[in-house]
Amino acid sequence: MKDKTKSLRTPLAKVRGLGSAKEGAEHWWMQRLTALALIPLSIYVIYSFFAEVVYGGYDGATVWLRNPFAALAAILFVGAGFHHAISGLQVVIEDYVHGECLKLASVIGVKFIGWSLALLATIAVLKILFFANMPMPHA
Amino acid sequence: MLLLTISRIIGHNPMPPAPTAKSARPLSPHLQIYRPQLTSVMSILHRLTGIALALGLPVFVVWLMGLAAGPQTYGMLIDLFKTPVGQILLCGWSWAFFYHFCTGIRHLLWDSGFFLGIKGVYATGWIAFGVSTLVTAAVWAHLLEWI
Repeated sequence: MKDKTKSLRTPLAKVRGLGSAKEGAEHWWMQRLTALALIPLSIYVIYSFFAEVVYGGYDGATVWLRNPFAALAAILFVGAGFHHAISGLQVVIEDYVHGECLKLASVIGVKFIGWSLALLATIAVLKILFFANMPMPHA
Repeated sequence: MLLLTISRIIGHNPMPPAPTAKSARPLSPHLQIYRPQLTSVMSILHRLTGIALALGLPVFVVWLMGLAAGPQTYGMLIDLFKTPVGQILLCGWSWAFFYHFCTGIRHLLWDSGFFLGIKGVYATGWIAFGVSTLVTAAVWAHLLEWI
């Protein structure tokens, strides 16, 4: 049956279903995707925290993160965690901060600070992975 | 007419709908009017715990940096976590994590089309509340016994 309603939208645009803004679902989708990733990652990090860190102290924690797979899991946890936190905070800011200028500044601030902290955490994990418990060269 | 159009464009409303005694237009009921329900309280808590966890994430980064810095720095950091303020904060963050974890799974289930009826919403709500509180209690019973 032929649709008799007149529309200027092309069939391709209808199929893509993105509307005039061309995007929008990406933020929503990434928040769900990182949530899904964080289920096993956070369980693993918390389990390891109990199994290796609480009982083993500094030595236990460094032995844990010197395992490449543990370091990978920790970095993935940091990446997914910060992505999830940043997109969550962005939604909260967009909902409650009403001044356009302050809103934009807050979102930019959250993204800059958030991703800097995520990279800092990654550098820390890599430093532990490669250099923990190594004798200092000029000690 | 032109003035009205301009004021609309720049976002200035010439007739502010301020609810005074003279023009008491009905306002949609807001948070302080509604009786708190499990659904609304849990929704607000999901957001609040999310914000709390986002603010707690830098502490996790500091923990990693302390670990990367070496045993002395790490020891000082752990002493800080063991102070009463540190313990209260960590306890709060752990409950916030388990709560947000449970209600987050609840949200993912909703997104997939499950438990969308009133019964499902309430049942999963109580389960999320119960599980997160029980797990937090179990974790801290374990931690305090060890310390």
